[in-house]
Amino acid sequence: MNARIQVQQEARRGGLVEVRVLIQHPMETGFRYDALGRQTPRNVIYNFECRYGGVEVFRAAMGAGIAANPFLRFFVRARESGTIECRWIDQENVSGSISARVTVTG
Amino acid sequence: LSASSGQGRRRRVLAALLALLALPRRAFAQPAVNPAPGVDARMLNTPQGTLQAILQGAEMRKGRVRLELPQIADNGHSVPLLVRVDSPMSDADHVRRIDLVSEKNPVPLIATFFLGPQTGRAEIESRARLNGTQRVTAIAQLSDGSFWFDAADVVVNEAACLDGS
Repeated sequence: MNARIQVQQEARRGGLVEVRVLIQHPMETGFRYDALGRQTPRNVIYNFECRYGGVEVFRAAMGAGIAANPFLRFFVRARESGTIECRWIDQENVSGSISARVTVTG
Repeated sequence: LSASSGQGRRRRVLAALLALLALPRRAFAQPAVNPAPGVDARMLNTPQGTLQAILQGAEMRKGRVRLELPQIADNGHSVPLLVRVDSPMSDADHVRRIDLVSEKNPVPLIATFFLGPQTGRAEIESRARLNGTQRVTAIAQLSDGSFWFDAADVVVNEAACLDGS
């Protein structure tokens, strides 16, 4: 699964870090039919979590109401230098992850 | 004499009318019915049921939350939305979760975001699928357990579910 993460590389201690994640995924609703009239089974990324230094800081439980190629923008409070790691899993048990490093100064 | 009694009757009618006006407000304040325990809101297909599963009988008040949606969306496949909650996001006072509920989607619960003091700022942006012109509601639960909400109307020119029939 292709994904992209955008995080500012440096942050002040106690400041905010903006995290933007874009995942390539159809977020299949389960309401569509293919050319042969067969229903396409639902397959969405139902769980997305973000860990910073091993601690969970943000989690999203998504449904078919989130657009294909889900985009998320959220904030994390900068504590110490470390990695921001995002993991997700869809209903076909395909999981993915992407991470970025943040250097905290001050 | 007859004139004064007529006035008294008018007063009584007026008082009854005022009482009627006061009644619905009290009815609104009553908490919603608690659904069966363990109901997963993601499985529900009515917006009312979804709200009940989220609130679990608690009341929600308008304010503190801001939901930003475009007024008009050309199509419902990808509508940008932004939720912002007025909260210091400290250990003592933070946002626990934010739910997005659609009025017309086949599955009303769009997403649930779980936050904590480490999230720093209660602001989330994403993109939603919307099945037609409707009102979207964002419900935030704070660390003290209280629920706050904001609703936004969006005109969707082409619904997300048209091609799927």
